[in-house]
Amino acid sequence: MDYSLIVGGEAGQGMDTFASLFEKAIKRCGYNVYAYSDYMSRIRGGHNFFNIRFSKDNILAIKDRIDILFALNEESVGIHKEKVKETGIIIADEKVAKEDNSITHLKLSEIASSLKNKRVENTVGLGAILNYFGVPIHIASQVIREEFKEEIAEVNLRALEEGYKLLDTRYPLQIREDDKILINGNEAVALGAIAAGCKFYCGYPMTPSTGVLNYIARYANEFNIVVDQVEDEVAALNMALGASYAGVRAMTGSSGGGFALMVEALSLAGIIEVPVVLINVQRPGPATGFPTRTEQADLRFMIHAGHGEFPRMVIALRDTEDAFYQTVRAFNIAEKYHIPVLLMSDQHLADGVTTKKPFNFKDIKIERHIESNIKGEFKTYELTESGISPRIIPGKIEGTTVLVDSDEHDEYGHITESAEIRTKMVDKRLRKFELLKEEVQEPWHIGDQEPENLVVCWGSTYGAVKEAVEKLLNEGVSIAALVFGDIWPFPTNKLLNLSRKAKKIIDVEQNAMAQLDSLIREVALLKSDHKILKYDGRPFTTDEVYRRIKEVI
Amino acid sequence: MADRYELHEPSWCPGCGNYMIRTALKMALEELNIKPHEVVIVSGIGQAAKMPHYISVNGFNGLHGRAIPPAIGIKMANKDLHVIVESGDGDTYGEGGNHFIHGIRRNIDIAHFVHNNQIYGLTKGQASPTTAMGQITTLQFDGVKVEPLNPLALALTMGAGFVARGFSGDIPHLVGLMKEAIKYKGYALVDILQPCVVWNRVNTFSWYKNRVYHLPESYDYTNKEEAMKKALEFGDRIPIGILYKVEKETYLDRFDFIKEGPPLVDVELNPLDAERLMEEFR
Repeated sequence: MDYSLIVGGEAGQGMDTFASLFEKAIKRCGYNVYAYSDYMSRIRGGHNFFNIRFSKDNILAIKDRIDILFALNEESVGIHKEKVKETGIIIADEKVAKEDNSITHLKLSEIASSLKNKRVENTVGLGAILNYFGVPIHIASQVIREEFKEEIAEVNLRALEEGYKLLDTRYPLQIREDDKILINGNEAVALGAIAAGCKFYCGYPMTPSTGVLNYIARYANEFNIVVDQVEDEVAALNMALGASYAGVRAMTGSSGGGFALMVEALSLAGIIEVPVVLINVQRPGPATGFPTRTEQADLRFMIHAGHGEFPRMVIALRDTEDAFYQTVRAFNIAEKYHIPVLLMSDQHLADGVTTKKPFNFKDIKIERHIESNIKGEFKTYELTESGISPRIIPGKIEGTTVLVDSDEHDEYGHITESAEIRTKMVDKRLRKFELLKEEVQEPWHIGDQEPENLVVCWGSTYGAVKEAVEKLLNEGVSIAALVFGDIWPFPTNKLLNLSRKAKKIIDVEQNAMAQLDSLIREVALLKSDHKILKYDGRPFTTDEVYRRIKEVI
Repeated sequence: MADRYELHEPSWCPGCGNYMIRTALKMALEELNIKPHEVVIVSGIGQAAKMPHYISVNGFNGLHGRAIPPAIGIKMANKDLHVIVESGDGDTYGEGGNHFIHGIRRNIDIAHFVHNNQIYGLTKGQASPTTAMGQITTLQFDGVKVEPLNPLALALTMGAGFVARGFSGDIPHLVGLMKEAIKYKGYALVDILQPCVVWNRVNTFSWYKNRVYHLPESYDYTNKEEAMKKALEFGDRIPIGILYKVEKETYLDRFDFIKEGPPLVDVELNPLDAERLMEEFR
């Protein structure tokens, strides 16, 4: 029981609503869902589609082939027809590609017209498809009632009922208890930030990162969060640093091009030692690149961005659950070490919707490391063994002030040009990086303990790689995968361990220059034997990873 | 350091207008009975931007041109702090021009003191955005070829509620302006004319001294058209004083939870509060 559906059409044809209703109805049947949205950088026209996979198993990526294509226009038929399995079905309104006999034409628009609301056409189709999978109508009706306001809900419910009559049940789902949530990567990051007590988030809208900004803004008033739409990303990180200096947990986010504008202030964060959390939801570059598509080409950029040398942490998010917990962790690490913590997501994860077990808020710990019993003249940059100086909040202690400075400074934060102090301050900052190395988490390990074939990957390729590797394991292949989340400092223990007996190291990445591989060469002094790279802006399907690993082992 | 303002030895050139601006600032803060720990001075880079080092308050000496964004972040995080931005004409109107414009749009409660000497000091004498057309500089050796920016007219156009001009050579007057700017609820711009004794041989102390005059008591600072006329008056005579001042809703007042509630920095953090957000994902 593992099905995939594609709904495709022009931007503005209502696919988003169809997809979210369909996903939710399937989830409510106790199924796991994995959905990826493929859209163009335009508001109307073009070709957009959702690829929605669902199964009883814990699925983590999309597949090459699909079971059902719901084509909202003729172009969608042409683009996706070849993906439809022999056992599959193509559904469209009777006016779409009339001559094409391979399509099961339904009276979607006619029914919508009879209901005097053309916009419910997709809901008629939804009813037909849900019945095809035997989804009980009361589950679908409930989802509709939650989605729409009263009057709109009524006409949609009638459309749904009519739709249910159009197709017979062919692949009935076995209804199970639903205890999951359905969430995308951007929402998971935003939820993590709110849970972690982020009180200041600023950003400039940029696809595909805007979802984080939107989600936090929606709940800002309820949770006492200031959300500021800044004039540019240069302002964003500077502003977040101001808020953090003044004592609140602050975050900003963007995609690669916006992050590029934050680089100057990233260096500032390094020298003033003010904690901050930042997310780069990657998209393909250089420059404007592919605005709405996916890539993992900013790994080196994130590690090295900023002039001068200073400690930072870089964490790649692997799935929605990881996105939530790592965002919480990022705030704690930033405030423990007084460093910028950079989260890396990508369009694939940001817009990909997955079912997960509900996040655990009870175990979230907020660790701020703020002192209050300090008197007199304050050394913002007190030279300590760990490199971490005590932190106080400005304005909270009478007679004590806090000075931070982008110039090289003495312990009090005053400008200095002393060679001796300069050396001490650089060493102090870099001691924090040494400590940070003890904080890093080893990559997730999937598969054999002593594999002949070792796959390495990072971030959102996790899902496709995991499924592919598990399939190979089932076939008796000696294989394991390491999926890196913490990227900088780079954890090497597991890698060195597993690589000892491995005959082949296979690097899987969504970029053209094998950036993880180059990092492994640099830090672990290993190199991969094969590189499976993809940089066409589309996410790996699990089939593609499986096939390409198979080719090299 | 205690509850009074201490001054540290600056690295400014002897005779620099910054000394007088600092003196005025100290007097203004003292006369307003504000304690050092209640003040944050945010600055960018340049000679003026070194101010947080030379007077004992909280200081955020950030990046060139970037004083306004952290100042906004600080004020949002802790509305109880008095936030003052001190930076030069290059920092504010050049490198930070975009932040200047959009900062005004927010009308956040910040006093902004721009040390305007119409030249770049720390980088040794190049034109600043306020250097006059045609003026010879160390870089523009055959004269500046772009029009100067008029900060007061720009601020008025953008809707700033408090626009003033001071002169570093008139300390009592400047103290008064600074006090009004700090007390003002909203964004208050004070463009302070000051000589650069090393690099600006045109706009010298006496050049300013001979031109500036106090706005008369009869001047109506709530009249925007009059204010614009005064803002454009920059030649043989230069008016100093509050050109424009009206009450406006501030940025913070547009956030109910900040207006009615405690400073954000005092809000308790409880992860369990957010657990209910998961309902929409079920």
